[in-house]
Amino acid sequence: MAIASDLPKPQFRFGMLIYDTRYRTITIQVIVLILALIFAGWLVDNVRTNLALKGKDIDFSFLFRRAGYDIGQHLIPYNNDMSHGRAAIVGLLNTLVVAVIGCILSTILGVFLGVLRLSHNWIVSRLIGVYVEIFRNVPLILWMILVATVLVESRPQPKDFKVVDGVSQASMMLWDSVAITNRSSNVPLPLLDHPLPALGSDSFPINTSLLFIFALFAGSIYVNRLILRRAKAVQEATGLRPVTWWQSILVLAGPTLAALFAMGFHLEYPVFKGFNFQGGIQFDHAFTALTIALTLYYAAVTAEIVRSGIQAISRGQSEASFALGLRPGITTRLVILPQALRVILPPMISQFLSLTKDTSLGIAVSYLDLRGTLGGITLNQTGRELECMLLMMLIYLIISLLISSVMNVYNASVKLKER
Amino acid sequence: MNFVRTQMLPPQSPPVTERGAVKWLRENLFSGPLNTILTVLAVLTVYYLLSMALPWLLHGVWTANSLTECRTIIAANYGPDAIGACWAVIHARWYQFIFGFYPPEAYWRPILDFGLMFVAMTPLLFADNPRSAIKLVGVVAVLTVIGLSLAQGPLWLLALCTALMAGCFFLVLQSPARLLPVTLLYPFATIWLLWGGSIWGPVMMMAGFGVLAIVYSLLSTRIGVVMATAAGFVAACIWWLALDGAVAAALQSLIPLAIQSVPSDKFGGFVLSFLIGVSSIAISLPIGVLLALGRQSDMLLIKSLSVAFIEFVRGVPLITMLFTASLLLQYFLPPQVQFDLILRVVILVTFFSAAYNAEVIRGGLAALPKGQFEAADALGLDYWQAQRLIIMPQALKVSIPGIVSTFIGLFKDTTLVTFVGLAEPLRGITTIVRADIYWKGIYWEPYLFVGAIFFAACYGMSRYSLYLERKLMTDHR
Amino acid sequence: MAEPAMTNPADMSVSDEVAVQITAMNKWYGTFHVLRDINMTVQKGERIVVCGPSGSGKSTLIRCNNRLEEHQQGQIIVDGTELTNDVKNIDKVRSEVGMVFQHFNLFPHLTILENLTLAPIWVRKIPKREAEETAMYFLGKVKIPEQAHKFPGQLSGGQQQRVAIARSLCMKPRIMLFDEPTSALDPEMIKEVLDTMIDLAKDGMTMICVTHEMGFAQAVANRVIFMDQGQIVEQNEPKEFFNNPKSDRTKLFLSQILGH
Repeated sequence: MAIASDLPKPQFRFGMLIYDTRYRTITIQVIVLILALIFAGWLVDNVRTNLALKGKDIDFSFLFRRAGYDIGQHLIPYNNDMSHGRAAIVGLLNTLVVAVIGCILSTILGVFLGVLRLSHNWIVSRLIGVYVEIFRNVPLILWMILVATVLVESRPQPKDFKVVDGVSQASMMLWDSVAITNRSSNVPLPLLDHPLPALGSDSFPINTSLLFIFALFAGSIYVNRLILRRAKAVQEATGLRPVTWWQSILVLAGPTLAALFAMGFHLEYPVFKGFNFQGGIQFDHAFTALTIALTLYYAAVTAEIVRSGIQAISRGQSEASFALGLRPGITTRLVILPQALRVILPPMISQFLSLTKDTSLGIAVSYLDLRGTLGGITLNQTGRELECMLLMMLIYLIISLLISSVMNVYNASVKLKER
Repeated sequence: MNFVRTQMLPPQSPPVTERGAVKWLRENLFSGPLNTILTVLAVLTVYYLLSMALPWLLHGVWTANSLTECRTIIAANYGPDAIGACWAVIHARWYQFIFGFYPPEAYWRPILDFGLMFVAMTPLLFADNPRSAIKLVGVVAVLTVIGLSLAQGPLWLLALCTALMAGCFFLVLQSPARLLPVTLLYPFATIWLLWGGSIWGPVMMMAGFGVLAIVYSLLSTRIGVVMATAAGFVAACIWWLALDGAVAAALQSLIPLAIQSVPSDKFGGFVLSFLIGVSSIAISLPIGVLLALGRQSDMLLIKSLSVAFIEFVRGVPLITMLFTASLLLQYFLPPQVQFDLILRVVILVTFFSAAYNAEVIRGGLAALPKGQFEAADALGLDYWQAQRLIIMPQALKVSIPGIVSTFIGLFKDTTLVTFVGLAEPLRGITTIVRADIYWKGIYWEPYLFVGAIFFAACYGMSRYSLYLERKLMTDHR
Repeated sequence: MAEPAMTNPADMSVSDEVAVQITAMNKWYGTFHVLRDINMTVQKGERIVVCGPSGSGKSTLIRCNNRLEEHQQGQIIVDGTELTNDVKNIDKVRSEVGMVFQHFNLFPHLTILENLTLAPIWVRKIPKREAEETAMYFLGKVKIPEQAHKFPGQLSGGQQQRVAIARSLCMKPRIMLFDEPTSALDPEMIKEVLDTMIDLAKDGMTMICVTHEMGFAQAVANRVIFMDQGQIVEQNEPKEFFNNPKSDRTKLFLSQILGH
């Protein structure tokens, strides 16, 4: 009878490369690696040959050369004497601003619609259902084109706002603060009389006043949480929950409003001068159309996610909660929502990802985002397709990976809690 | 207290407040103050939308030669300030929205091809449901013949196509599986029907797969399934690269069998959308399966390659992939290889949908109980046998709703090919129509028309996928 | 508890040939030592029942016999073939050893008949007609030939488990492994499965069963192995094992499962 200790060590044979589970995986991987390297080498060789045939090379120095084109909407100082690299950054910021605003607005609208969709009111839930189906099942760029068309075709020209003999053909909205022409939307610009000194360089100024306000508001939120926590502690100790809503309002709004007042907050209204509106902020219709279309489309998608998330939880859970004598409001807040959020959040984050990628459809309304600058005008002007496209894809990839890593962190934390 | 019922009670109808329209209204529309307000708001919204859209729709003009003529007719009929839709543009140009610039005398080809697409899908979707298969093929055959009779074409052609559809119907009557040859021939038939030219090109392309099959069956017992597939693939590539063209040309000169050739730049409209969408999703499915398996693999290199591909493709917008097709793909191919734009777009869109399908199929794999893998192992099936016979049939079935959703997304996204210069219906054809001097200034009607077709197709498919999902849930498992 | 018909274990022949030989076998999950120094010999025609508290490693032990689990140390020889990393050996052993799972693991997308003929056709390369005849024979053996064209989901749990047994038998295995075959079943279905297993035992099949059905153990087993904390604590003939357990752990275990 053989004993473990005197088992002969098996000799290595060539056949073991294929038949032994320990070596087989290595064999397969080595073969795949060789094939992958050959394929990559073939691609690189083709690129080299093609570049040589066209007399081109790979060179990123164009990023530092003069761009020579204007970008209407720029969040950091920009003019056409600045470099292509700078233009790309302006475009990237334009992409991000649409993405962020679109995510926020579509979430708000989508949650609202999703909850209404579940309403027992027949006509309301049907109406929302029709909205959701119509918007989900038609290409996104149709909505962009339609919104842009409506804005351009239905709004008056700037010159119609001109006051001749005390009357004008078109009038501004909201107590003469907002003017939507067929070119752009002009809204009031918030300004401070005594702003904090700006930091940073001229090319990348840092708005310290804004940062200060944000910090103040974040602090208020923290204090509010302390108040709520104390209320909870009191409730746990005595069984009665103290009334805190007025404290919350005071803490949340008070300091921020006081700071704004101290810094001399006021609005600069757009005014018609010469041929167009001056002052205020001008939102290009490309931006507006892109944002509205993304919001409407993704609100429909979000509504579906919210609806199915709540429905997935509600039945048995709300019955159990009612059976315990909890009222519907508390049931929703303490039982349904915490569970539904867990179902809703992962698909929501992947919606944010899709929305961010879909900002590139701004091409349909000529919005100058990352694709419009780096992958559009810069590419056409410099003829550097390879460099521009690779750089653009890399940037989009990084944004996507950042968003999906947030999702992974969230999923991991939920998984931990479930153990 | 003892009690024994001697007479059973017959059912009675509920009290008046518990039935009929009153109850329904009270429960569904006016159950509380908030609900009443919502109802009123909703009714007002509907009224507002209808009051805007209805006159415009009802005053629509269907026959006119230009937008100005439309407006004149509306003004004459409904007063000078009336608004109305000018559907005449659709009436005059609908064929462009559907067929692009395809030669009108060849319209029968896309129509027949579209009908055959459903026939080819039947054995895959309804293999175990002959009744639905017969219904589908029957309806499609009738619609195709109607469509063909509307297209211009000689009578003998109509008779031939009718006979073809009747043959398919005859086959499905026996068993849906009898249609599998149609499914296998369909891709090559599509190439021949849509692009035209000599029949020997597609036939020789098909012969390449024949070479693959022969090499595989000769070698599979000797060197294993994977190696035999690889060898077959190499042999087929040699065939396609070295012999294919020469043999096709020789056969064409011997037996000339050709139909009018249609170059790619004539393609457009919904024919183009469907062509890109359907071929991409079909080619991407096997790639998606391999990627999903790769991502599940415990071999680090294979797993990381799959993950890298999937995450890269899912991380960039489709439009950058399309620009890659139009601007970059040429750089990565040998200088003498020239693909036309539609083919390049199909390749990149295929990559795109393969990554998305891989994730859907991975979900299907994850939904399978571990016991299925173990049972296959315990019976002595090897990896590929287990995948092919046990795992994939179940995982793919669970994945069908997800794949349909991917396809809906992809089909909507085919509109983006307009940005690389292809004449898809939404923006491509509409821009062309709007550039026409007679229709300058029109904007709602063409967009609504194209949007309505997209809506019908996507809504139909999403309902179908919902139905499948429900059916999967209730299926005996 | 179902009370299977009593048979005399001595009636069934046990040969001197070795079916399974496990020597100094150890297995870890990560750093957790699941199986510790297992030594075990199973003669051809023997029927072994393995029992023990949950987490004692009994399932892992029998899953090592067809390498659904890999062992890290020691030697397992099944029907003359040593289980190593060699794929050919693994395939050979798997096609010689039948396995029945707790959750049946039938293939839900195939009919009963297809479930039974799949492995003979693809692994044994038997013509389809012949495989179907064999399948019908074994379906008759487990007494449900009329269900051949149904899908697994349409059968009761007991029927599904009998199909699973028939599926293994179609490969004409030399050894059968049972991994808690009755613990996922409703009480009224346990008997039909146990009866099938007893019939199998009568035919002289070599069987290793992880089960808590002590009636079954007394009726057919040649030997009962008791495991705890990854080790074989006690093994003996069923009569001795139940009436006169030696180890305290065994006594405790028996009092817990027979106590009510």
